[in-house]
Amino acid sequence: MAGLEGIEINSEALSGNVAPVLHEISALLKQLLHSGEGGTVDLHSLPLTPDDQRLLRRQLGEGEVAATLDSLGRSEIRETGITGVWWVSHFNANGELMAEFVEVTAIPEILKSDPADIEQALLTIEERLKF
Amino acid sequence: MADEKTLEQRLRQQGISRRGFMKFCAATASMLALPQSAVPAIAEALGKAKRPSVIWLSFQECTGCTESLTRAHLPTIESLIFDAISLDYHHTLQAAAGQAAEQAREQAMKQFHGSYLVAVDGSVPMKDGGLYSTIAGVSNLEMLRETVEGAAAVIAIGTCASYGGLPHASPNPTGAVSVEELMASGEIETRPLINVPGCPPIPVVISGVLAHYLTFGAIPELDQLKRPKSFYGDSIHDRCYRRTFYDQGKFAETFDDEGARNGWCLYKLGCKGPTTHNACATTKWNGGVSFPIESGHGCLGCSEPDFWDAGGFYQVLSEPTSPLGGAAVGAAAVGAAAGAAVAWQNLKKRDEAREAHEELTVDELEKHS
Amino acid sequence: MSGGETELLQWARGPGFVLAIAVFVFGVVLRLFEILGLGRQADLSEAREKKRGSGWQTILSRSFNFSVFNPHTALNYIVGYVFHLGLFACILLLIPHIELIRGVLGFGWPGLPTPLVDAIAVVTLLAMLVKLVDRVTSPVKRLLSTWGDYLAWLLTFLPLLSGYLAYHHLLWPYPTMLALHILSAELLLALLPFTRLMHAFTLFFARWYNGEIFSRKGVAS
Repeated sequence: MAGLEGIEINSEALSGNVAPVLHEISALLKQLLHSGEGGTVDLHSLPLTPDDQRLLRRQLGEGEVAATLDSLGRSEIRETGITGVWWVSHFNANGELMAEFVEVTAIPEILKSDPADIEQALLTIEERLKF
Repeated sequence: MADEKTLEQRLRQQGISRRGFMKFCAATASMLALPQSAVPAIAEALGKAKRPSVIWLSFQECTGCTESLTRAHLPTIESLIFDAISLDYHHTLQAAAGQAAEQAREQAMKQFHGSYLVAVDGSVPMKDGGLYSTIAGVSNLEMLRETVEGAAAVIAIGTCASYGGLPHASPNPTGAVSVEELMASGEIETRPLINVPGCPPIPVVISGVLAHYLTFGAIPELDQLKRPKSFYGDSIHDRCYRRTFYDQGKFAETFDDEGARNGWCLYKLGCKGPTTHNACATTKWNGGVSFPIESGHGCLGCSEPDFWDAGGFYQVLSEPTSPLGGAAVGAAAVGAAAGAAVAWQNLKKRDEAREAHEELTVDELEKHS
Repeated sequence: MSGGETELLQWARGPGFVLAIAVFVFGVVLRLFEILGLGRQADLSEAREKKRGSGWQTILSRSFNFSVFNPHTALNYIVGYVFHLGLFACILLLIPHIELIRGVLGFGWPGLPTPLVDAIAVVTLLAMLVKLVDRVTSPVKRLLSTWGDYLAWLLTFLPLLSGYLAYHHLLWPYPTMLALHILSAELLLALLPFTRLMHAFTLFFARWYNGEIFSRKGVAS
């Protein structure tokens, strides 16, 4: 997406739908702060024009953390310039976008290691220790 | 063939981690228009799902639906979902041919009687004993009838199977009908039916319907045209990112003007988005790249019945579909003739009244009273 | 066929529209021939004034007759203007309607943003309801009203209401509501020449004639 940053936003092509999304993110952030429970905005089904999407990205900005997940294709999990707001993009093996979310959370669930996978990992390392 | 392994076991076998599976579930929830809070429940259900047997029947069709489905490359949600089913008969895709192919179908029908799914693409010809389309010497109607009998549910894939589609377009030379019509007329057994129209349907929608079936073990909630509401619940217009320009009165007047370049509403260029229910505006095509309106062309309305006969693709939705000229001129002529006749009658009546008029003097008036 | 609503919409956009226009044109031409064919007796007396164009002037002057300050007639006038102007705006300034006209006649004009027309439609609907309540509750108006008046009201109200419902996705799915909207407008068109709605044409003749006759008759002051 980095290549798109330089593209100017055409104000005639904005739908005005970015503001409600930002309001929702702000409400989720407030909720995260007070109750510890955030939430997810599914970008895939929102009526955003390409310029809207650029504007939304620009408004949220870039944060300090960026993680990549390699399973069933690449996934990008980046914290935005608004701490606690994460931009999550899931791609398939062909690099096509499968799903895109804005997650409001301290740490996206998918980054945490899963107990079942840890269990499997334990078996693997025990196997390696036998040599 | 269908086996007893669950989807999660199968994924693990392929070396896909829990994270990968959760990613898959998040994308599936997004596809099914479910909130992300439903992901754990979906993961639970999908993890346990067994592979159902699917028999795919192709009748009067162009293979566009199968093309659409197979455009999905490995490994995507679609292909994973298709890993999660056992496609036991699909005469375009299967390796077996001829007698062996038909045997595969018969075997699946026997082994999974009552639990297999039937996917149908294409309409069924009814005219002249159905001779316009046959497979292995069997008419489409006959094959559909025997296959549907033992099915748990039927999925009509594409506009042809859902409503008759292109073969059904006027003057419908083959007497093409939809699966639903055949159920309604009693030609085939009535089974739970899901229509997945579109010319072709979005691949994700086809796999989404299967994902729903796998996740919930039941057919999804349907609208009055038997389409899953999660994909066909909203019109293109309502979910279109250009909707706001319609409301503001900002339209592209031609395909290359300032409005078109700004991405304004395509209503005046014949977009059928307002009357078309489909998921193009949200799910999009080609792996979420874009959809017709995003590419600058109006919606053709391909997921609605008789879209071929609903006027020109570039005709504005509010425009009448039939030419008016002759009818209006004819009506004016008849109206003028009838009006002249009435006027002549009235004048005649007035003249008669004048003639019948008698002079009356004051004396006579007094005599009368 | 599974798409009854789609068939309804297609009938409304195709054969239904042709039929409605044919009946409308037939009816209007018939009524105009009938009315104009009656003629008027030649006025042999000398005109009071030699002034010409008095009829045309009256067509205009009676369209802008503001008697709003008379408390007895204020409601009639204000609501009457609101309803008629609102109706014109809804019919002639909504972009899909202009596109329909362009499709049939080959020319069009700029429209208003849809939410604005939507607001006008609400006001117009309310004005029509006020008119109906007034007609039913006022003893004089009730006495003067025939079923033809109520029919004319209904024929005008239905397209407005169905258009509003269709735009807001109320009651039924949009394609169904759109079909009903088009059908109600077609019913209005087809019955217009044979109901009081014919005043859309005849009022101009009536005003012109009154203007002409008044400029001839009477004593110059």
